[in-house]
Amino acid sequence: MKIHLSHPTRDAELKGPKRVADIFKELQLIPEAFLIIRGQDLMTEDEIVADGDSIEVRPVISGG
Amino acid sequence: MKCRKCPQRAVLGMPRHNTAFCGPCLTEFVRAQVQKAIKAQAMFSPDDHILVAVSGGKDSLTLWEILLKLGYRADALYVDLGIAGYSERSHEKVERFARDVAESCGSKLIIHTVEEDAGAGIKELATLVKRPTCSTCGTIKRYQFNRVAWENKYDVMATGHNLDDEAARLLGNVLQWQEEYLQKQSPTLPASVEGFSKKVKPLYRMTEREIAAYAVVNRIDYLVEECPMAKGAKMLVYKDVLNRLEMESPGTKHRFYYGFLDKQKNTAATSSSSMTAMDQTTLLPCTTCAQPTTAGTCSFCRMMARAKSATR
Repeated sequence: MKIHLSHPTRDAELKGPKRVADIFKELQLIPEAFLIIRGQDLMTEDEIVADGDSIEVRPVISGG
Repeated sequence: MKCRKCPQRAVLGMPRHNTAFCGPCLTEFVRAQVQKAIKAQAMFSPDDHILVAVSGGKDSLTLWEILLKLGYRADALYVDLGIAGYSERSHEKVERFARDVAESCGSKLIIHTVEEDAGAGIKELATLVKRPTCSTCGTIKRYQFNRVAWENKYDVMATGHNLDDEAARLLGNVLQWQEEYLQKQSPTLPASVEGFSKKVKPLYRMTEREIAAYAVVNRIDYLVEECPMAKGAKMLVYKDVLNRLEMESPGTKHRFYYGFLDKQKNTAATSSSSMTAMDQTTLLPCTTCAQPTTAGTCSFCRMMARAKSATR
């Protein structure tokens, strides 16, 4: 699967299928600080991302 | 994961509430929470004219959208900071939202450009006055939001500060024991003296993640990138620490900030009338611009004077 990340902007690839919760673990990210978006849809932590999917890992924290 | 209110697929789990919502139920939940905040903290009524401080980010655009959807009369102010690239992109997001969403509700956008007013963008100004960029930015934004709200007779000024912002700020204030800041850390600050607008934070019940999810579900086109000046900001460290605690114990941020508000409610010094009385004894009009200040000349006018003398 293709993964697009921000802050800084970069792309990564992981072997699928994988649960969203496991993607967070593998990328060492805190789920409370990100959303996972496939197409225009949000994904919850129990959902499966297929090997051919592209997802965005969007940070939600701002310097405020 | 299923929505807890209907049979649809959930789009967001909310461990702190032990629940999960589909898109429409999330929208309903967030709007209800904002309405609850407005009532609980006596922020404003449907007759009031509100000025929303917008930056192009998720919080401020979401706040503007929710207030309009709830039927409030809300205009917005955008302060163009003149940060190369970033300001153009954030300005564009705000303009687009104003055109596509706000205009049809009879709402208008006001723009203040720092460079036009001060002769330099925020980064150059900070260098001239030898202050950190974020503190220069804070002084300018606070000053201009208050000035525009006051001069245009808005009843109240609303900012998009959320639960994460308030919990992180509380943590910072407690770690430094800044008691004078703790007294003023309330979702509603009264228009205590002539020249000060009432200030409110209607998103204080929502986390950043919940607000971002609302924005995605409702197709609010916000600027995802972070302000380049915020890199290394202390607030980001506090937020990271709190989010790590939140993962171990869902509801930590909620309990931390709400617990503070509960204690504050029982403290006479932080009541609206006490804050007003205190401000009335400590604040006087600035000798240059007449906005209220504890010093003879306010921090904004002092900063502008320093910037002018540095360019001579």
